[in-house]
Amino acid sequence: MQDPTSVGIVTPKSARFDASLRLKSGAVLDGYELVYETYGALNADKSNAVLICHALSGTHHVAGYYADNEKNIGWWDNMIGPGKPIDTTRFFVIGVNNLGGCHGSTGPASINPKTGKPGKPYGADFPVVTVEDWVQAQVQLADYLGIKQFAAVAGGSLGGMQALQWALDFPDRVRHALVIAAAAKLTAQNIAFNDVARQAIMTDPDFHGGDFYSHGVVPKKGLRLARMLGHITYLSDDSMAEKFGRDLRSGVHAYNFDAEFEIESYLRYQGDKFAGRFDANTYLLMTKALDYFDPAHAHGGDLSTAFRAAQADFLVLSFTSDWRFSPERSRTIVKALLDNGRDVSYAEITSSHGHDSFLMEDRHYHDLVRAYMDNLAT
Amino acid sequence: MMTTMTNIATPLIVPRPDFAAIAAWVKPGARVLDLGCGDGSLLRYLRDACDVRGYGVEIDDDNILACFKNGVNVIQGDLESGLSGFESGSFDYVILSQTLQAMKHTEGIVKEMLRVGKEGIVSFPNFGYWQNRLQIVFGRMPVSEALPYQWFDTPNIHLCTLGDFEAFCHQHGAHILERRVMSGDRQITFAPNLLGTLAFYRFERLK
Repeated sequence: MQDPTSVGIVTPKSARFDASLRLKSGAVLDGYELVYETYGALNADKSNAVLICHALSGTHHVAGYYADNEKNIGWWDNMIGPGKPIDTTRFFVIGVNNLGGCHGSTGPASINPKTGKPGKPYGADFPVVTVEDWVQAQVQLADYLGIKQFAAVAGGSLGGMQALQWALDFPDRVRHALVIAAAAKLTAQNIAFNDVARQAIMTDPDFHGGDFYSHGVVPKKGLRLARMLGHITYLSDDSMAEKFGRDLRSGVHAYNFDAEFEIESYLRYQGDKFAGRFDANTYLLMTKALDYFDPAHAHGGDLSTAFRAAQADFLVLSFTSDWRFSPERSRTIVKALLDNGRDVSYAEITSSHGHDSFLMEDRHYHDLVRAYMDNLAT
Repeated sequence: MMTTMTNIATPLIVPRPDFAAIAAWVKPGARVLDLGCGDGSLLRYLRDACDVRGYGVEIDDDNILACFKNGVNVIQGDLESGLSGFESGSFDYVILSQTLQAMKHTEGIVKEMLRVGKEGIVSFPNFGYWQNRLQIVFGRMPVSEALPYQWFDTPNIHLCTLGDFEAFCHQHGAHILERRVMSGDRQITFAPNLLGTLAFYRFERLK
C-alpha cells in the first residue's frame, strides 16, 4: 500500500536556458540545463511555491521515489509530502540540482560546447560556481515556471546559505527564508576540512587534473577519502560512540590494518558508496562554493550591513551537537537579522546527530517547521 | 507540569491579568523584547493591541513551539547568560513579565534590560501582599493564586516586595517612571505593598 504521506512516484524534468550566465568569477556559461522536480500543485496566483536548495551532495530529488527504483527516495522525504511539515497539499515544492552538479544539471561531466572536440566534457574547464551563481540560475528556473515570488526558500547547510542569498539578492522574490544548520561564512577549520577533501581528490593519480573522463577512469580513492573525512565531521562524537563505540567486527583484535572496528567498516562503506555515484569535480566545486560564501565580505565584514537588503521573514534553526555549523554560527545570522528589524525566529534543537541532524526525522524539529509553515500565507 | 529552576519559561500558571496593564504602557508600533515570553501570548496580545514589532526570548522547547504556533517571533536562548545577541538601545521596551522572581541572575538581567531597551517593564508577584504576610505569621510559606507553588517545588527563587524592588532600582541605576499595582483585575492605589498581588514597573536607565 502506498504511504499517504509520500508524494509518490516522481519524474525529474529538465529546463534549458540559452541565455549566457555571467558568473561571479567573471567566467561566462553559454547556456545551461537545470534538472528539477516538483511536488504538489502551483495555485492560480502562483503564490504557494517553495524552493528547496540542496547541500553539498544533495540533488533535485528531494521527495518521493522513482517508478523504476522505489528505494531511491528523495533526500528530504521525511520533511516534504502530503501532511508533512512542508505540506505538498498546500505548497508547490521545487527541488533543483545546482549548476556544477552531477545529477543532470550542467556540470563538469556535461559536454562542453566550446571545445573543438565533439563530445568532450568540461572537466577541469567547468568554471568555479558560487552560491550567488546558483541563486542566479535558480531565478531563471523560477521565471521559467512563472513564479515571481516564493512563499519560502528553504535549505539545510549549504542549502541554507542559498536561502540566505536569495533573501539578499532577490528580496522581493522570497517571503520567507528557512535557514537550517547553516552559517553566514565558513570558519578556518571548515575551510581546512574542505581543502583536505579536495587534496585527497586532486592528488589521486586517476584525477588527471580534472579531465579523468577522457582517460576512462574515476578518482575513486580520492573521492572516497574526501567523503570519509566529510562524513566524520557531519556526525558528532556522541552519535558515533552510540552507534559504533569501539565495537569490533569479529569481536577480537586481528593485529593488522583491515577494517577491524565497526566505525572503520562503516566509513569505508560510505566512502565506497559515495565514490561510485558522485563526480569528483562536482565535489571540488561544491566545497569551493561553501568556502567562498561570505555575504559580509563585500560590506567590510559587517553582516548586519550585508543583510540590509533583506525583506523576507526568517526561520533560523540549529542543532546542539552540530560542531561543523554550530549554533553559534546561526546566532550570528539571527543577530544580523535583528539588527535590521527583520521578523525572525530561532530555535536551537537538541540533537545528538551532529550536522546531519537537519536531515533526520526528529519530532520537535519537524513540529517547529510544520508550525512555521502552517502560519505562512500562500 | 512543574518547571525546574533553570526553566524560567512559565513560573506562574495562573491566567495572566497583566497583559492589558503592560499594553497600556506600550506605545503603538514600538519595538518590544519580551524576556521569558512563554508561549508568546503576551507578544501576540501586544501585536494585536498595539501593533508592536516584537520578539520573545525563551529557553523551553515546548514554549518555543507554542510561540511558532502563535505566529510570534521567538529567539531560543538562556536569559541567565545575558542578552549578548541584542544590540544596545535596540528596543523601545524590554519586558520581563512575571519572570524576575524566577531568575538566578537578577542583577544581571536588569542591567541587560537597561542596556538593550530604552525602557524596561517588569511585573512580579508582590511578596508583601497581606495574605502572604499572614501565612508567614502562622508559620508557613505563602501559597496563593499568584504564588501557586510549595516551598520545595517553586521556581520563584528571588521573591520581593514593592519596597524591595524600589530599593533595588535605586541601587542599580534604574529610574522608575511608573508603577501600577493590581489585585486580580482591580488596580490598587491604597497601601499597595499590603493589598496588591501583582506589581508593574516601567523604568529607564538613570541619566
